[in-house]
Amino acid sequence: MRVRTRGYWLYLIPSILLFLAVIVVPFLMNVGASFTRWSGVGTPRWIGFDNYTRLLTDERFWESFQHNVGLIVAMAVVPTMIGLVLAASLFDYIGKRFGTRTASALRAMYYLPQVLPVAVAGVVWGWMLHPSYGAVNQIFGLDLDWLGDPDLALATVMGVMVWFQLGYPVVIFMAGLQRVDPSYYEAAEIDGASWWRKFWHITIPQIRPEIFVVLLTCTIAALKVFGPIFVLTRGGPGNATMVPSYFSYLNFFQKSNVGYGSAIATVLALIIVVVTFLFLRVQERES
Amino acid sequence: MRGPGRWAVLFALVVLAVVMIFPFVVVAMNAVKSPAEYSSQGPLSLPDGLYLQGIVDFWNRVEFGTKLWNSFVISASVSVLAVVLSVLNAYALGIGRVKGRLWILALFLVANTLPQEALAYPLYYLAKAVDLYDTQLAVIIVMTAIQAAFGTYLLSAVLGQFPKEILEAAAIDGAGRLRSLWRIVVPISRPTINVLLIFFFIWTWNEFFLPLIFLISNDTQTVPVALGVLQGQRYMDATMSSASALLGIVPAVAFFLIFQRTLTRGVTVGAIK
Repeated sequence: MRVRTRGYWLYLIPSILLFLAVIVVPFLMNVGASFTRWSGVGTPRWIGFDNYTRLLTDERFWESFQHNVGLIVAMAVVPTMIGLVLAASLFDYIGKRFGTRTASALRAMYYLPQVLPVAVAGVVWGWMLHPSYGAVNQIFGLDLDWLGDPDLALATVMGVMVWFQLGYPVVIFMAGLQRVDPSYYEAAEIDGASWWRKFWHITIPQIRPEIFVVLLTCTIAALKVFGPIFVLTRGGPGNATMVPSYFSYLNFFQKSNVGYGSAIATVLALIIVVVTFLFLRVQERES
Repeated sequence: MRGPGRWAVLFALVVLAVVMIFPFVVVAMNAVKSPAEYSSQGPLSLPDGLYLQGIVDFWNRVEFGTKLWNSFVISASVSVLAVVLSVLNAYALGIGRVKGRLWILALFLVANTLPQEALAYPLYYLAKAVDLYDTQLAVIIVMTAIQAAFGTYLLSAVLGQFPKEILEAAAIDGAGRLRSLWRIVVPISRPTINVLLIFFFIWTWNEFFLPLIFLISNDTQTVPVALGVLQGQRYMDATMSSASALLGIVPAVAFFLIFQRTLTRGVTVGAIK
């Protein structure tokens, strides 16, 4: 019996309509607005590529992208590296010597920050890092203005983001390790391989798909980061923690430079799509 | 490694765990201190007793009950609507295998990864034009589209492996497509559907950017927006700040404890597909 597929189109109609209204049309409007000078009221004035050429020489824009690189390190690279060591230690060391309950209790504690709304995580740390009454200065006997000092602010935000992100790779990697054939480890142990050798030659190659997924999703999250910046620093002090998403928000809603904000948002969208595409290509080649 | 070595590894991992949950503990400790106690003892001392006035004051000042209810209404509506749409789409793509399904799936995936900033201003403009600005409905509609994009992607992969024999048997018994979907596909896919419901609820609850843009008045705001906007305002003293942090943490941790198993399973399902 040949299954007819034509009637199934009907089931896509509600989503297609919603998608046109909420994603496709607004995105095209955004791209359109990026070629205009527009304050949000009145008629947009067509200016071609002017917003884009302005971007190229705008120091704030380039700085905001450099900060994004720092946040990719803090949100994707560092949590992945620490997460690998933690997941492997919990899985084949703590789990085997102290029981799986100890391992999953520790895993839950590492994961806990991930359940918070990222804005609430910002509220928590804004209070902890407060220069006069915060807990962090009190513990270390310091007198630092963590978020208010331009030389410190980005590093502080990066530290908060490592704390926030760490649990995600740990959970994913531990799940990945469950499908690794234990005989690899047994064979390596008979050969007298050290823990680090097993880690390098068995654990990492075996959970490569998970590593890719974590790096991809966390890199995208770092490129989009908005909530923690809004709550912790609002891009400041000066320009010290400005990121593209906050920069476009600023142009939309405070500076009434809708055209320029749209250009920033379009470039950001383009970068994210390209990054996703590159990751998926590399992953395809690997497998 | 034997003897003291293994305890050293455990010790290091426990120390890290303490660092990770330290902010939760400090917030809870200080949310129940009086301002006087805070200024004399500092943030690290154990509380002398239970001083709840800071929490009560903050609750009343921001009408926290309203914020909780707003967050709940938005998150519950989005999760149900987005799941319904995901199921309909996945039925067409995963089981119906309509033409061009790979392109459609790719489009959904791109929609899910687009930064919201690239949609924000037009959506804001359109919402004003159709008189939905500053209403929860606006956030519900937009978030439903974004979550459904992910749900479609995930569920299509699951339904792509749905056993065809069952559906053929149902068709022979005279069941129409809608009936097969409702009576057979949905019940059998329940576990995945439940994971999606919970995830959509929590993701929507945690969302900050879109609610910040759409919900400006006091009685439409969600919990994260209310707390995020208040952060750093002058009238907030140390104990009230920690009370606000605690009120943001409690619902999130409650969801985590209730849904822990589904969540950890779901995180990994979502990652591998």
